[in-house]
Amino acid sequence: MPDTGIGASVRRTEDFRFLTGQGRYTDDINRPGQVHAHFVRSPHAHAKIKSVDTAAAGKAPGVLAVFTGADMAADNVGSLPCGWVVTDRHGDPHKAPAHFPLARDKVRYVGDHVAVVIAQTYVQAKEAGEQVTVDYEELPAIASSAKAMDSGAPQVHDEASGNLCYDWVLGDEAEADAAFAKAHHVTRIDLVNNRLIPNAMEPRAAIGEYDGGTGSYTLYSTSQNPHLLKLILCAFVLGLSENKLRVIAPDVGGGFGSKIFCYAEETVCTWAAKKVGAPVKWTAERSESFTSDAHGRDHITHAELAMDKDGKFLGMKVQTTANLGAYLSSFATSVPTYLYATLLAGQYTTPVIFANVKAVFTNTAPVDAYRGAGRPEATYVVERLVEVAAREMKLDPAEIRRRNFIQPDQFPYQTPVALQYDIGNYGQSMDKALEMIDYQGFPERRKASEAKGKLRGIGFSAYIEACGIAPSAVVGSLGAGVGLWESAQVRFNATGSVSIFTGSHSHGQGHETTFAQLVSETLGIPMENVEIVHGDTGSIPMGMGTYGSRSLAVGGSAIAKACDKIIEKSRKIAAHLMEASVEDVEFDKGTFRVAGTDKEKSIAEIAFTAYVPHNYPADLEPGLDETAFYDPLNFTYPAGVHICEVEIEPSTGETKIVDWVAVDDFGKIINPMVVEGQVHGGIAQGVGQALLENCVYDLESGQLLTGSYMDYCMPRADNLPSFRVGMTQTACTHNPLGVKGCGEAGAIAAPAATINAITDALGILSMDMPATSEKVWRLANQHAQAAE
Amino acid sequence: MPTVSMTVNGRAVTGDVEGRTLLVQFLRENLHLTGTHVGCDTSQCGACVVHVDGESVKSCTMLALQADGAEVTTIEGLAKNGDLHPVQAAFREHHGLQCGFCTPGMVMSAVDLLKKNPNPDEGEIREWLEGNICRCTGYHNIVKAIQSAAADMKG
Ligand code: FES
Ligand code: FES
Repeated sequence: MPDTGIGASVRRTEDFRFLTGQGRYTDDINRPGQVHAHFVRSPHAHAKIKSVDTAAAGKAPGVLAVFTGADMAADNVGSLPCGWVVTDRHGDPHKAPAHFPLARDKVRYVGDHVAVVIAQTYVQAKEAGEQVTVDYEELPAIASSAKAMDSGAPQVHDEASGNLCYDWVLGDEAEADAAFAKAHHVTRIDLVNNRLIPNAMEPRAAIGEYDGGTGSYTLYSTSQNPHLLKLILCAFVLGLSENKLRVIAPDVGGGFGSKIFCYAEETVCTWAAKKVGAPVKWTAERSESFTSDAHGRDHITHAELAMDKDGKFLGMKVQTTANLGAYLSSFATSVPTYLYATLLAGQYTTPVIFANVKAVFTNTAPVDAYRGAGRPEATYVVERLVEVAAREMKLDPAEIRRRNFIQPDQFPYQTPVALQYDIGNYGQSMDKALEMIDYQGFPERRKASEAKGKLRGIGFSAYIEACGIAPSAVVGSLGAGVGLWESAQVRFNATGSVSIFTGSHSHGQGHETTFAQLVSETLGIPMENVEIVHGDTGSIPMGMGTYGSRSLAVGGSAIAKACDKIIEKSRKIAAHLMEASVEDVEFDKGTFRVAGTDKEKSIAEIAFTAYVPHNYPADLEPGLDETAFYDPLNFTYPAGVHICEVEIEPSTGETKIVDWVAVDDFGKIINPMVVEGQVHGGIAQGVGQALLENCVYDLESGQLLTGSYMDYCMPRADNLPSFRVGMTQTACTHNPLGVKGCGEAGAIAAPAATINAITDALGILSMDMPATSEKVWRLANQHAQAAE
Repeated sequence: MPTVSMTVNGRAVTGDVEGRTLLVQFLRENLHLTGTHVGCDTSQCGACVVHVDGESVKSCTMLALQADGAEVTTIEGLAKNGDLHPVQAAFREHHGLQCGFCTPGMVMSAVDLLKKNPNPDEGEIREWLEGNICRCTGYHNIVKAIQSAAADMKG
């Protein structure tokens, strides 16, 4: 048997279908009799809808129906909810203005949904859309989060005065002030965490379908969490009984957070399917993805770090304004609070931290979780602050970090910002990264670059993240509206193969391989006999989906638990067959043995017996099919050190990443090839943010200026280097697999490492992302002039 | 409606299209060859790359009628008798795909590169891929896969 067990870089099972054009994404699916939806969207950032005239469009060729917000209101379709209640510093819940799938009286961002046209073909729907006449009364717009709270700023929602969604604090301000009073030196920075557009390569899509015979709906959707989508749509939006909606998320072409949320379009397709009596399909054009996918990041932050004379951190204060856009997307409120400020301790023993986050509404697309969700923003604050502190204190950047690292013997470590880290060894990752990059040799390399007229810089990022958000009771007490467990069903078939039904969803992560490896090793059966089923609420009992690097730590742990139940039941059957007592039956690599004898039965034989129970324990149910739910005891805490080395051509401002070393501690690893792939992809997204990507709205008009690949610069192959990935390992202490999660690390670590390297090369303390060639060129030349 | 005829993956096909129908729409909607993807509306992502008369082409940037009489190969036509093309095999071996959405275009593009330049260095591969966006892999393993396919194809 080839090595397919835990730790082997098994080539992916899912690849064959993707490589041969046989993947099945939502837009590849066509349902009998299907018709097509086109959304009429607001061209204005902020306007009153005085009237919508759909008469002409309704008569256009092929058109079945045109619906507006009034039609949905008449059917009592609800508002798209935000599932996390943040309590502000005065004890009040955040402001939660309604967010209707089709706007009712006002539009609040460019791309907001005004009407839907449903026609026989997409082209007909789109053409008819141009005949929908909307009478708008334009209102002044506010697109800048920096100015959103100014008096006199346009108000996005009447119920959120000053555009404030919440003013939230974490930590003790007085204690922090006391720590700062004793400081030898205080480092202060102002930074912007630039707004990003996620850009999964598969645009969002949906097909809603209604079966009049049973009164039930089916929704095909590009979702990272079909069960959660079903729950939200049924319980909050459409008012359906949960057994009347099946959500299928087939192959999904990347998500990065943007496909977690419950969106207007899929809601409308589901609702309209019954109205028009046919399946309703919608696929986003890329320009719609730009305007109406939930965006990411968009923070403005002032941060301060107090140190003693040796560079030991005494306290930190952070003040952030977070832009939430025009409406609250499904988990928007949690991102700049519980997924952000709780990570401000980083890898360090900073004893007091005070954070204040003001979240504001603006006339821009909703902002929600995007790869890393809050944690990249936190790491960027901490690691930029630490880097600037090192430069101001004239300390080596590796040394200042090392002086402040939480030491291996301090775990479990309670941070001042609510989290308890279970385990880690930060110094070890730092040592390994320094060795891999040849830190000693850096001055020589810098000299060599200078000899060629180039500027060389090195930048560090010692990041930490909290993954697999949990446990349910704790997140519930912090305002989460859902539980954050995962479920798995392990079903042996009578002839020895196994079907695994998991609530985790794969949209690139390779679960069909990694989960099969886990099951193959646990149950001792060949990997090809294991099938992984995901993405269909009709076949999978329950699920919470994939985000926050939770699939293996939470979903995999649920599978492991269900496998344990299978083994325990099988042991009873084996004991019966081998006429031994259960305690004497041992299980190893797929075989049950009676200790001290040569009697044995394979697990496949046991499965057969369970379904053909002719000779079977009297008190045992037939069948070998177990379900488990796993609710973690804590978050997991992947951490590591990334080091970036850049070379800048001062005459053009072109920044070349000449080396990248990533040393990550993800705990135990099932498939190193898949894990490294996740690291590469994450770094690319982080470097994209640092060098190229920037979502820009015109601050006057609220128009999106970066609404296509012409204006929004995605990282291409020639913008990136090859990466060198190393690993260290401390096993997570509280899940059965010892795993931590790896999907977001690269995106969390990379922006700070990149900007630290560029500012090092330029000999400056700070600059904002993205470090485009133009910006770098200006800074390089200012720097050159200053030096003259 | 005008009629268009072409050979797709070795099979003669004919269909009625509008003048504005794009080649990618003809492939996906008329022929149900959904392996060719659409990732943008500005001709930049490369998810739609196919071969027309042996050259890689963004099929969202060509009218179906322009391909009249042409020999078209899509991702579905690349593997022969169930055997992956060396570029497909190398993508699998080197984990050059994650979600798989950019993959058909990447593979078709890479096959054309290796035809034109059987021995590309890393820089040449990265430059060639400028018209293909992948959001998942960070390109590292795609580049590795193409390098290794080049070596395999030289045998
Ligand atoms: S679909 Fe994007 S380039 Fe053709
Ligand atoms: S593999 Fe997902 S976009 Fe390339």
